[in-house]
Amino acid sequence: MKRMLLTGNGAAAWGARLSDIDYVPAFPITPQTEIIETIASWIDSGEIRNSRMVTMESEHSMITAAASAATTGARVFTATSSQGLLYGMEMIYTVAGWRVPFVLVNVSRGLASPITLEPDHNDVLVARDSGFLQIHCSTCQEVLDSTIMAYRLAEDERVRLPVIVNLDGFYLSFTREPVDIPEFDAVNRFLPPFNPENIRFIASRPISEAVVVLGGTPYSYFRYETHLAAMNALSVYNEIAEAFAKEFGRTHMAVEAYRAEDAEIVFFMMGSFATKAKDAVDSLRDAGVQIGLLRPRLLRPFPTEHIRSTLEGKKGVAVIDQNLSMGKGGVLHSELASALYGQPYAPPVLVSFIGGLGGRDITQEEFFEMAAVTRKAVEERKIPAPRLLYTIEELREVKKLQVIAHVEREELGPKQ
Amino acid sequence: MNESEFKRMKDLPSAHLLGTGTPMCSGCGGLETLHEIYDILGEKTVFINAAGCMTLLAVYPFTPFRGSWLYTAMASAPAGAQGVRDALDLLIEKQRINPEEDLDVVVLTGDGAAYGMGLSSTSSAIDRDLDFLYVCYDNEGYGNTGQQYSEATPHAARTATSKGPRGFPGYKKDLFAIWAAHRPAYVATVIGAEPLDLARKIEKAKGLKGPRLIIALSPCPTGWDFKPAESVEIGKLAVRTGIWPLKEYSNGKVTHTKVPHPRLPAEEYLKRQGRFKHLFHPQRNNALLKEIQARVDAYWESIR
Repeated sequence: MKRMLLTGNGAAAWGARLSDIDYVPAFPITPQTEIIETIASWIDSGEIRNSRMVTMESEHSMITAAASAATTGARVFTATSSQGLLYGMEMIYTVAGWRVPFVLVNVSRGLASPITLEPDHNDVLVARDSGFLQIHCSTCQEVLDSTIMAYRLAEDERVRLPVIVNLDGFYLSFTREPVDIPEFDAVNRFLPPFNPENIRFIASRPISEAVVVLGGTPYSYFRYETHLAAMNALSVYNEIAEAFAKEFGRTHMAVEAYRAEDAEIVFFMMGSFATKAKDAVDSLRDAGVQIGLLRPRLLRPFPTEHIRSTLEGKKGVAVIDQNLSMGKGGVLHSELASALYGQPYAPPVLVSFIGGLGGRDITQEEFFEMAAVTRKAVEERKIPAPRLLYTIEELREVKKLQVIAHVEREELGPKQ
Repeated sequence: MNESEFKRMKDLPSAHLLGTGTPMCSGCGGLETLHEIYDILGEKTVFINAAGCMTLLAVYPFTPFRGSWLYTAMASAPAGAQGVRDALDLLIEKQRINPEEDLDVVVLTGDGAAYGMGLSSTSSAIDRDLDFLYVCYDNEGYGNTGQQYSEATPHAARTATSKGPRGFPGYKKDLFAIWAAHRPAYVATVIGAEPLDLARKIEKAKGLKGPRLIIALSPCPTGWDFKPAESVEIGKLAVRTGIWPLKEYSNGKVTHTKVPHPRLPAEEYLKRQGRFKHLFHPQRNNALLKEIQARVDAYWESIR
């Protein structure tokens, strides 16, 4: 094992390399590019041997080629971001139904419009209902480890589904952190070679894949099968996390709990900003507030039981969504509410906060404020309306830009 | 075309590989073509299909194919072919499968995918020199959804979305030229009604490496409005009137494999189909008929 400073993108590339991938269909998009550039350079230098990378003309084709190769029996890696994930979305839904195990790293980035390069989670949440499993990372180490774990999860015969490993653009993709790089042999012990079993195209055993069904009965059958396989992934994931901890000494549970055991109030959020929340938890704890953090790493399958039991008896939850379902609110808030509703001892107060859209920071002061608002809601037994994080300074900044634009056009533009 | 196995009609395969009882319409020119092609390609094939009429060939849990099949989506069948081809090559190279397990990768799409939505993925597959065969059954419209006009629809044809007195105002896209401009290993036009010409071309394509692309004009009783029994006859007329030139591209050169001589008037083909009925009834549209004939004449003039 060696320890290196790696970006999140570099960690994803290392995860793929250690997983002994056969095939990488690719298409460049910011902020994912470093992943495919790194893998391409390793293939060129021979550090990754016997693998092939093909740059396709779109993500739609990239995901088609990835799944087609996986369904022929190869171990496949691919990566994208944001608009690219959406461009390929028809195939994301389609190939999940092929029940092909491969890993797609998504480097989260906000969606147009307006177009931006900076991160939030609306992109990956579009894939939420597709049948892809989703692992969300908060550190570069987690990105590397989760990529390896994702292959074992995807290829498990009880699951057989593609997996998205998600990391935040910029905050993780371009941030260097010290990362332990496991030995290839150790990874080999943890992740046996891909055995496609009956999912493969060979001359001696013809198969038809992804054929039409007529009517709701066979359709429902296959949709339910995919759902049940995704549900199987909960217990399979726990086994894998245990095996991973045994082999590598690092524990990545389906849900990370931080100082949550005796907490009365809990932050609930995904991704790299959860590390900021941990800082806030430490400061608030120093100030005597009984607060903790719960961070689902698995979004699909949703670790409902795990979350229910961890939140049992808590007084309030501040749900922080780095996404926005227009006309409804935070997606994670809805997910959590549906998991807790009607459960005995479920926290009676869930407060919804939207923040961190398009790379906007969430400051420590805002975490303190969210904690205070949630405490107040607990005390008053009154749940406030969802809060869209935004400061007066930010609003003033945008107004200023609008004034500049106006002056440019009306006063400095060409004379009539 | 050296030493073709197919010199006369009786040399064509007599055993037929594609099963019967599919939900294709009776008289389907596309299915006729597929039968003929499949008999030559054989069962060591995997068909990569895009959304279209032929998608309904394999309906769970039945298939008329003896070989393999993968349905992808409308736009990306060539990308599916890329993934399957690359994976087969890698697995053979890594000795994870026996070389005898190799398959010919065949893309099968209609004109909707080939001329339009799937053109980008096809262009890129050719650009990457993918070793695959592309078969487009071209029935000149979005047939599976009720024959709306597509980029393959000929001038003046009535379709579900061009019912006016002049029919479809556009012109059929020259996909042969577009494909050939990529300089692939092979491009050919075929028609099921000329099985010997078709067999020689598929035989030739099968023997080559790299991108090989076939456009099969596919008379469509349902979409073109004629009796299913007349499908073969209409196919022959498409060739004899010079409306569907049978040709091939290889080594940078285009060769016409069957030059109609003498060329029948275009209206012999047009008047047999309900989709061109408005050119003759309630009165003859001489101007439009002349325009269509002039285009056919100009084509054959240009290749002399």
